[in-house]
This record gives sequence, structure tokens and C-alpha cells, in this order.
Amino acid sequence: MLRLVAIVLLCGTAFGQRNATEAEIKAKDLTVLPTGAGLPAGHGNAVGGKDLFKEKCAVCHNDHGEGREGQYVALVGGIGSLKTGKPVRTVGSYWPYATTIFDYVRRAMPYDHPRSLSADDVYSACAYILFLNGIITETQEMNEKTLPQVKMPNRDGFVPDARPDVKSKR
Amino acid sequence: MKEIRQNRRRFLALGAGLATLSACKKETSEIGAPVRAYGDRSPLEKAARDVRESITPGTSSTRTPLQDLDGIITPSSLHFERHHSGVPNIDGAKHEILVHGLVEQPLVFTMDDLQRLPSVSRIYFIECAGNSGAELAGNPQADAQKSTGLLSCSEWTGVPLSTLLKAARLKPEGKWIVAEGADACLMARSIPIEKALDDVLVAYGQNGEPVRPEQGYPVRLVVPGWEGNINVKWLHRIHVVDQPSMTRDETSHYTDLMPDGTAQKFTFVMEAKSVITRPSGGQKLTAGPGVYEIRGLAWSGRGKIQRVEVSTDNGQTWTDAELQSPILPMAVTRFRLPWQWSGKAATLQSRCTDETGYLQPTIDELQAVRGTHSQYHCNGIKVWSVKEDGSISHA
Repeated sequence: MLRLVAIVLLCGTAFGQRNATEAEIKAKDLTVLPTGAGLPAGHGNAVGGKDLFKEKCAVCHNDHGEGREGQYVALVGGIGSLKTGKPVRTVGSYWPYATTIFDYVRRAMPYDHPRSLSADDVYSACAYILFLNGIITETQEMNEKTLPQVKMPNRDGFVPDARPDVKSKR
Repeated sequence: MKEIRQNRRRFLALGAGLATLSACKKETSEIGAPVRAYGDRSPLEKAARDVRESITPGTSSTRTPLQDLDGIITPSSLHFERHHSGVPNIDGAKHEILVHGLVEQPLVFTMDDLQRLPSVSRIYFIECAGNSGAELAGNPQADAQKSTGLLSCSEWTGVPLSTLLKAARLKPEGKWIVAEGADACLMARSIPIEKALDDVLVAYGQNGEPVRPEQGYPVRLVVPGWEGNINVKWLHRIHVVDQPSMTRDETSHYTDLMPDGTAQKFTFVMEAKSVITRPSGGQKLTAGPGVYEIRGLAWSGRGKIQRVEVSTDNGQTWTDAELQSPILPMAVTRFRLPWQWSGKAATLQSRCTDETGYLQPTIDELQAVRGTHSQYHCNGIKVWSVKEDGSISHA
């Protein structure tokens, strides 16, 4: 086993794998980091985002991101509720990074047509969701520079896992 | 003559794979069904996954019928499912895995390339982080499938992820990987490089066959002992990065909200847990008072199960159960204990200890620390209530 692994390491393509090209990496790389690394060029604000949202997102998330009771969770509201007896986890109240909104919308939304939105569309959708949550203004432009600078209300709410946190005794 | 025709009809029916219930007998002098290319269980056997309805079926889940299974391997057909945008239909002959980012040489592996690499087979459980979430929220479920069925255990075959990463020659600043699936939502999770280089498998085999489509065909990650969601299915991209991506499924989902309003992130390990599967909720002690064998499963994301204790008297006294070999790290372990049922109402519960000395807590102990809104990573003790008529449900 070790010898075989050594052969893989020494011979590079001894087992057939090929070198990836710059072009195919660029085509497939969708990773976005909280620093903004990986965000594409583009821009949008909540004014444009409102129309886009109504057309592409509201069928599930409702016109103002309030969701649909018992069917689709809300994207809006709940800020300040996390330490109460009835916490409401939404993009606005719970998500720590605005870059995650871009990443998720770009890779997975709209649910039935993922990756059909342009970069400008995704920035617009992000701006509208952030605006609905009162985190940015309606005309504030979101782009690859400004989006990572948005401080989400729950940015500092995530702490490292403390396992084992529950210590049972015999 | 008539009998011969009937037999012939029955023979043809069986040959066509149409074995019917009327064809099943205690014993027979009739010639049985001929060979067939791909086997199936007796038509009398009905154990099935519990399908959860969802307004978007592609985001739904199914649960393994733990109470109907023996041994430690979950039949592939009964492995639990949880998808985020359905089961993609992927052609393994065209599938590739891209390894890129903080590496000296970005590489592309086809399935043929993976098959040529040194392979390993390991038995590991996979448990959804949301398993038993209802129990934690104070809504105990009526049977083992509903309470604990987002757990399955398979023999996985594949290539250590470290082999792929080392072939691409990691740069020292590479501290995390982002693993991405090829399903419609391209579900992605970040994994620390230490784990990625330790025991993570790039698995193409499940219980001796190619991984099932709903388990990630043609290839998935198996991340031993860690929450199910991070075992990325339909794996097609591994991106070496210097920090976690903070994807939706490691922020919005699979994080535990504590009573003080903070949320715990990167809770990867599924802590030690056990459940009695027989006798358990939904079953009935139809033979009346007498000896029954209590059986169940125990597992820990931190290694091997060291001990399982069973109580039949509301937790007042505990008796060590026998552990059945093999006892493997990050796999389920079978336990058993004979029990004399008096015919009176009783409660049945198990608690396990893993090789680190960690003792499985009660639901109350979990709630005292984590409250009732943390949703995920519930490993509390499951208690079954036996009534005088022998019927069993949750306590």
C-alpha cells in the first residue's frame, strides 16, 4: 500500500490522472470565501433586486422574503430573537456572512433552475434580501468589494464547537 | 394434466420474477424458481424506509428501519437518505473529480483513475446531524425508525482522500478543503485538512457494489464519525483553501443554537449513542411474560464502543450488555442482553460508553446544556415504554 502510494506521488500521472487546465478550473470553481475571494465581478442593488426577486424567488419565498407558513422558511426577520424562547433563524437573524448568500444563491437558486442567474442578478438578489432585513439601504450597491464588508447582525454569534459539552455521570 | 398446467403456469410466473404470496409455502415438492441475474428478498419481507413527505420531494429524507434489521450492515436499499436537490442521474463513465486550489499540480481523476489507485474497504456508520432532532425538541418518536433512523452503516470501498491530495502536492498554506457534489444545488462543505489527510475515503463501493445513486453514485466522500452532511455525495470537486468557505450547510444548517443565543459551529463528530431496536416502539411482546433478548446498536464518532448498559426499571439499575464482535471504530456495534419480562409495565433504555470514556447522556442532560432549539447532534438516551399488554411505544 505504502509502496503504491509512493509510486503515485513520485510518478504524478502514473495512475492515469491528468493535469487540470486553467480553463476547466475557472469554469468549475464556484467557491466563495468570507473574505470575498472567489466572488465574480458584477453589481446590483435592492431596487433591481426587488423585481428579480418577484419574478424568480417569490413563488417560494414570498414577495418580501417572509416565506410561506409551514412550507418555505422566511429569509427575513427574527433579528434579536436568537436568545429568546422562540428563536427565528433567517438569513437576516442567523447567517454570519453575506458572502454565504451569494455563494448559495449562485450555486443552488432558483431551486428548479440553479445557476440560471447572472452575477449581476445574484448581487441584486443579495442586496434585496439584505435590504429587506434592514442591513443595507435600498440603493446601496453590492459587488465583489462591498458584499464581504457587510457586517451581518449575527457575525459574532458563532462560537467554536465545545464538545464534549454534556458530561453525564453513572 | 390440469395440475401439470397449473404447475407450469406457476413455474413461468416465478421465472418471470413474479413470485406471488400464494406461491410461498411452508415446504414444497414443486420445482422452485430458476436462477436470476439480480436477486431480491422474499416477497413476504416488507421492511422499508420511512419516506418523509415534503413540498419539494428533492429535499426530503427517508429513515432506515433499524427495528427490522440484524447485524451491523445496513442493506444498501435501506440506507437512509437526505438530499438537498434530489438524486442526480450521473454517468460514471463521464464523471471526473477536480482537485485544485492550494496545490502544486491541479489534477483531474476519472472513475477509471480512482479504480487504479490503491484501495481500502472500511465499515463506517453515517448518521445525519438531524437524527433524533425531534427527541431533543421534546417530541419523542414512537419507533426506532422514526426516532433514530437517520443512521446507517455500510462497508465502503475507495481511495483515501490523502492519496489524491498528496498526488496534487499540497501547499503548506492549504488548511481546509471545500468538497462539492454534482447534484443540482452543488452542495458543498468545508473540511479541515487534518481530517482530510487522516481517514477520509473517496468511496465508489458500498457493501460490495457500486455506491447507490441515492448514496452518491458514482463516488462520494465518507468522513468517518462526522455528521452525515459532510460526507459529500456525487463528489466532483475538491478545492484546497486556507479557510472554511462558510457554506449554507455549515452556517444556516447543521449549527447548534444555544440558549444564550450563540451558535456552535463546526460540530463535526457524532458523539456516542445507542438505541434498543428489539423490543422497541411499535413492536409487541405477543408471547406474554417470559425471556426476551434485548438487542440494539451503539456507535461513536470518536472511535470504538467500549460498553453498553441496559436498564429495564426506569434507570434505577443498569446491567452490562454483551457486545457482539466485530467492535470497529466509527461503525455500529451490536449489543444484546437476555431479559425476563414479568408481564408488568416496564421501561427499556440503553446507554453506551466509547473508548474515550464518554458516557451517552440523557435527553434531559442535553437539554440542560443546549436547550431545546439546537436541532442537531442529539445523542440522548431513548426510552421505550412496555405496557402490561406487551405493546411498546415511546416513554
